[in-house]
Amino acid sequence: MRLGSFAAALAGVALSALAALAQQPIKPAVVYDKGGKFDKSFNEGVFMGADRFRKETGVEFRDFEPANDAQIEQALRRFARDGHSPIIAVGFSQATALQKVAAEFPDLKFTIIDMVVELPNVQSIVFKEQEGSYLVGLLGAMASKTNKVGFVGGMDIPLIRRFACGYVQGVKAAKPDAEIFQNMTGATPAAWADPVKGGELAKSQIDRGADVVYHAAGGTGIGVLRAVADAGKLGIGVDSNQNGLHPGRVLTSMLKRVDIAAYSSFKAAYEGTWKPGTSVLGLKEDGVDWALDEHNKALITPEMKAAADKARADIISGAIKVHDYMSDQKCTM
Amino acid sequence: MDLLQLVALVLDSTIRLSIPLICAAMAGLWSEKAGVVDIGLEGKMLVAAFASAVASFVTGSAWVGLCAGILASLALALVHGFAAITWRGNQIVSGVAINMLAAGLTVVLGNAWYGQGGRTPSLEGAARFGDITLPFARWTREHVPGLGLLYDEVVSGHAVPAYLAFLSVLVTALVLGRTRFGLRIRAVGENPAAVDTAGISVARLRYAAVAICGLLCGIGGTYLATAQAAGFLPHMTAGRGFIALAAVIFANWRPWPALGACLLFGLLDAIAIRLQGVTLPGIGLVPVEAIQALPYLMTIVLLAGFIGKAAPPRASGLPYVKER
Repeated sequence: MRLGSFAAALAGVALSALAALAQQPIKPAVVYDKGGKFDKSFNEGVFMGADRFRKETGVEFRDFEPANDAQIEQALRRFARDGHSPIIAVGFSQATALQKVAAEFPDLKFTIIDMVVELPNVQSIVFKEQEGSYLVGLLGAMASKTNKVGFVGGMDIPLIRRFACGYVQGVKAAKPDAEIFQNMTGATPAAWADPVKGGELAKSQIDRGADVVYHAAGGTGIGVLRAVADAGKLGIGVDSNQNGLHPGRVLTSMLKRVDIAAYSSFKAAYEGTWKPGTSVLGLKEDGVDWALDEHNKALITPEMKAAADKARADIISGAIKVHDYMSDQKCTM
Repeated sequence: MDLLQLVALVLDSTIRLSIPLICAAMAGLWSEKAGVVDIGLEGKMLVAAFASAVASFVTGSAWVGLCAGILASLALALVHGFAAITWRGNQIVSGVAINMLAAGLTVVLGNAWYGQGGRTPSLEGAARFGDITLPFARWTREHVPGLGLLYDEVVSGHAVPAYLAFLSVLVTALVLGRTRFGLRIRAVGENPAAVDTAGISVARLRYAAVAICGLLCGIGGTYLATAQAAGFLPHMTAGRGFIALAAVIFANWRPWPALGACLLFGLLDAIAIRLQGVTLPGIGLVPVEAIQALPYLMTIVLLAGFIGKAAPPRASGLPYVKER
């Protein structure tokens, strides 16, 4: 009897092992951007997605936080040499390194977020940040009492100008006469992790009358939201849902669903449906969105929600075209 | 916004940005006046920022954070003193070692304890030094035109360590310039043999100066992490220790001019932030990069052209060896 149940248990173990083998266990890995894994924003979103995959499938993933640019290529190559696949490279700054490493390991799968790398074994995931930024711009302008709103960007690159440009269009759509202050934190990658500077920039905008400030600045944005909350104004978060950082003082967050991107990349590889190529995720694909939860529901009036819902439907249907800064390097309206 | 308001806001920002510089400059002044060159100001501030952020987070009190920051900075200062005074090591090498140790240790410990890429958790409420409104600030703003506004915006409304920083300048100037202890400190930096001949311990005086240096760096670092920001970030001092050192040299090792230099550097920083994205008449839109390079360019120009002859303490950087 006892032997029988033991044999049954053994058979069960063997069966599940077989099932796991049939699923082709993968060895996924993530190389973060220099903002660091827990930046409460962009990188943390990727981590959340990868972690969700781990919890659902039980497949562990490796990750690495580069401290400088030189480490990015080393990390990618080390993961590749160990046979990790798919490897997610987070952020535009990894494109050159990935271009090299992916060409050296044609049998492995690579995914890059926020940049396009055209190789047969690379999946590129980019977002229509301008669409999400348009919606938060619309909400921000409606929430503003002074008709003045601010934007603090991280490093001055076309990608961040795309955020800014979408935001400006959203603000102008709600209040054509609104004034918009725009600042970039710096011209080097250090601009992603300088909350003191971010806070000062936000303060300077508040001093000029802004009462809603949107940031697209990674770790620097923590300082922006802090300064805005200290001054009793409203901030707008980015990438991950940052509403909970200062409940009641963050109007909403522009969600960039990097978590879904990371999760679905791993999941597709796990199920054997992973495909290279470029996917562009916008409002229609649920790649970008704005956050509404218990922390900010008192700040969003029914009219604001209705306006945002209408704008979203119009963007998806094509009735509103949000200009993409990166298509012509200009922000004209 | 009218001009006066703009000036007041820029000056307010200047004060905030120059506090860490002022603390570090006074710290460097004490050390250098006693003949111990200290390029480890940066590292000491960084360690203080980290220690204060951790202690404030754990206890929920910014004052405990201040104590922890000062203690951590003091410990590093004594290491520097031990290497430079007791063992007569090369003071530059020791200072560089302290900077590297601080840069690495803070990130490693932060990552091990909190797993947030070296950051400490965000500080809330009493774990941060809030802004103090000085008495009559509101009243003067409404009743005294001009000056009242300046008083409210610029003088009032800073955190405790900020006022400590200004106090430290006054104390440094008085003690170094007007007391027996100050005279001895200066003497030990100019001619330690003479001090020794008079029967006063050179090592003890230099240790005292190095300890004061550690204390002041501790205040500066604590201000960065618990008042200006809300938590520690890797490399958050971002070269402020070196700028402070430049301010000391720029001011020819005198306290009040050093305060002026720090405020000037702070002002350049504040202007750089506010000029961004502003269209100047005749020039057009100022590029971000040009504005951000301004403080560094000015530093070089000022240091190269306007300082005249630098007169460092004569025994600066030299370990004292008793004649046998």
